[in-house]
Amino acid sequence: MSRLPSRRALLTGASAMAAAAMLGGCDRLGNAEWFKRTLQTGEDANLFVQRLLLTDRTLAPEYAEADISPWFKPNGTEDPPDKAYKALAKAKFAKYHLEVDGLVEAPFKLSLADLRKLPARTQVTRHDCVEGWSAIGKWTGVPLADLLSRAKLKPEGRYVVFHCADTMDQGNALEGGGEGEETDEAPAGNANPSMTKQSGSGESRKDAGGQQASEDTAVSGGSPVRYYESIDLVDAFHPQTILAYDMNGQALPVSNGAPLRLRVERNLGYKQAKYVMRIEVVESFAHLGEGKGGYWEDQGYAWYAGI
Amino acid sequence: MIGDASGGSVTGASALDDRHSEDDRLPRTYLTRSAPDTGEVERRRWMFRHPVVIRLTHWVNAVCLLVLLMSGLQIFNAHPALYWGKVSTFDTPLMAMSSTEDDPPKGVTTVFGHGFDTTGWLGSSVGSNGEAADRGFPAWSTLPSDQDLTGGRSWHFFFAWAFVLNGLAYVLYGLVSGQLRFRVIPSRDQIRHFGTSVWEHLTLRFPQGDEAKRYNVIQKLTYLVVLFVLLPVQVLAGLAMSPAMDAAFPFLLTLFDGRQSARTVHFVVAALLVLFVIVHVALVLLSGFWNNMRGMLTGWFVIERKIEAAPVTGETRA
Repeated sequence: MSRLPSRRALLTGASAMAAAAMLGGCDRLGNAEWFKRTLQTGEDANLFVQRLLLTDRTLAPEYAEADISPWFKPNGTEDPPDKAYKALAKAKFAKYHLEVDGLVEAPFKLSLADLRKLPARTQVTRHDCVEGWSAIGKWTGVPLADLLSRAKLKPEGRYVVFHCADTMDQGNALEGGGEGEETDEAPAGNANPSMTKQSGSGESRKDAGGQQASEDTAVSGGSPVRYYESIDLVDAFHPQTILAYDMNGQALPVSNGAPLRLRVERNLGYKQAKYVMRIEVVESFAHLGEGKGGYWEDQGYAWYAGI
Repeated sequence: MIGDASGGSVTGASALDDRHSEDDRLPRTYLTRSAPDTGEVERRRWMFRHPVVIRLTHWVNAVCLLVLLMSGLQIFNAHPALYWGKVSTFDTPLMAMSSTEDDPPKGVTTVFGHGFDTTGWLGSSVGSNGEAADRGFPAWSTLPSDQDLTGGRSWHFFFAWAFVLNGLAYVLYGLVSGQLRFRVIPSRDQIRHFGTSVWEHLTLRFPQGDEAKRYNVIQKLTYLVVLFVLLPVQVLAGLAMSPAMDAAFPFLLTLFDGRQSARTVHFVVAALLVLFVIVHVALVLLSGFWNNMRGMLTGWFVIERKIEAAPVTGETRA
């Protein structure tokens, strides 16, 4: 009987060690390229199956005005640190122009006032952050399909890229800003503090705070990395895909992406690019950023964000 | 009809038998093949309990559930708070984990407005680098262990597919072979002696003899609830969190009263599944670990012959 406790201790110790080894093994496995690619097939399957289930015109649920969240949580950049953007914001975006170019027959530029004159769509929809929270807002804006029809896509155009004003990685060189209710500890130019980076060693897989800035700047040769996103033509021509200039009946606030942000309602929050400056139609996004189709995609997030 | 396709005549017939067996006949089981019964003198009998498909899907399922749990906690950690309804009511979560500004920081878990100090476990815990970190669940419980939402999502979606495909294979096989019915649908005599079974279970008296060939009524009902309530609800609640799935199937939102409720249900059902696994493993250990393990690894299970002097067990077949 006296040997029982020691045997129990031995068993407990052994299972604890086995568990620790298993965990370590899973972490190592999770960092191996071949295994990442294997896991990726799960997200490829998500895209494949969801595209089968949804028609090009299946609408995301729309809500009543009474459902609108009293506070629409801003996330990611809340005050772009870029001087050019600050100048635009100071003049209430009077000098702002949206550029539409790339693989189109008729590239054009439109001022915010011109955009407001175009036929608009208003929708009350739910915004789902990849982190897990949701908020409902009312959005008014120009259907992206209208802008793309006006620009006349060339047949080889397959993706629509949104180039944004906010610098994500160059933190310390820029003056303050980006400090909101949720991010008061994070340095300027940080992205979403809860979203994390996957690429690189274990050391860099921390909160996406300022410390990655140097790393990414090195990769991109010192030029600032601005937010960008891409969607395919299925989402681009979806009736609820709009470039919103109003939120809850008022001009879009800076923290939520003024003067223009994308709403692509069947997708998670990181697809809803804020501070959109330029829309580019491309055949492939391999030449942009690190080639994954978006700022967060370059950090390891899935390009398809329907789940 | 379906049961007859199994090839095991006992399997197909026994449910029907049970339905009108009011007498003291021994309850039939899902037993599909066994060593010949050599008579009274024998004390142990080998029984082929788990066909290969059941064994395989059991272990695949075990791995899937573990990975889904740990990667799920990783995903939860990206926003360690739960709400009810369509949206997040940030000021009034049902449950939230956070850390304080103290040095070292304290972990606080708030449930229905009541705060609990959960330092070291929830809200704030020491990571692999030995430093206290702000995180919902501790590093040892998440996959990957470091804060890594996208890594967690990759694991979660891959194993969610594996879980669903494996589960479908199990259910399909279970239906066609008749295994499922005999494993999870209690027979009439079992329902009649429900109380006795609960008492036996609570006092850890496990059935012997022929009664051990089938699952008892509590086992059956538990498996029934896990298989056809908890697991499907878990999958649906997971799907309800997908904005694209909500577009395709808006009833998902009606079903759960909104996306944030679905997320809460997903969390609570995960906790119930953990509870199930704890009880399951405990009972495996208590009712003969090696016999159970042999059963689920090779299919062969040993039935100890019933000891006549066990009055409570006797009553179950009165």
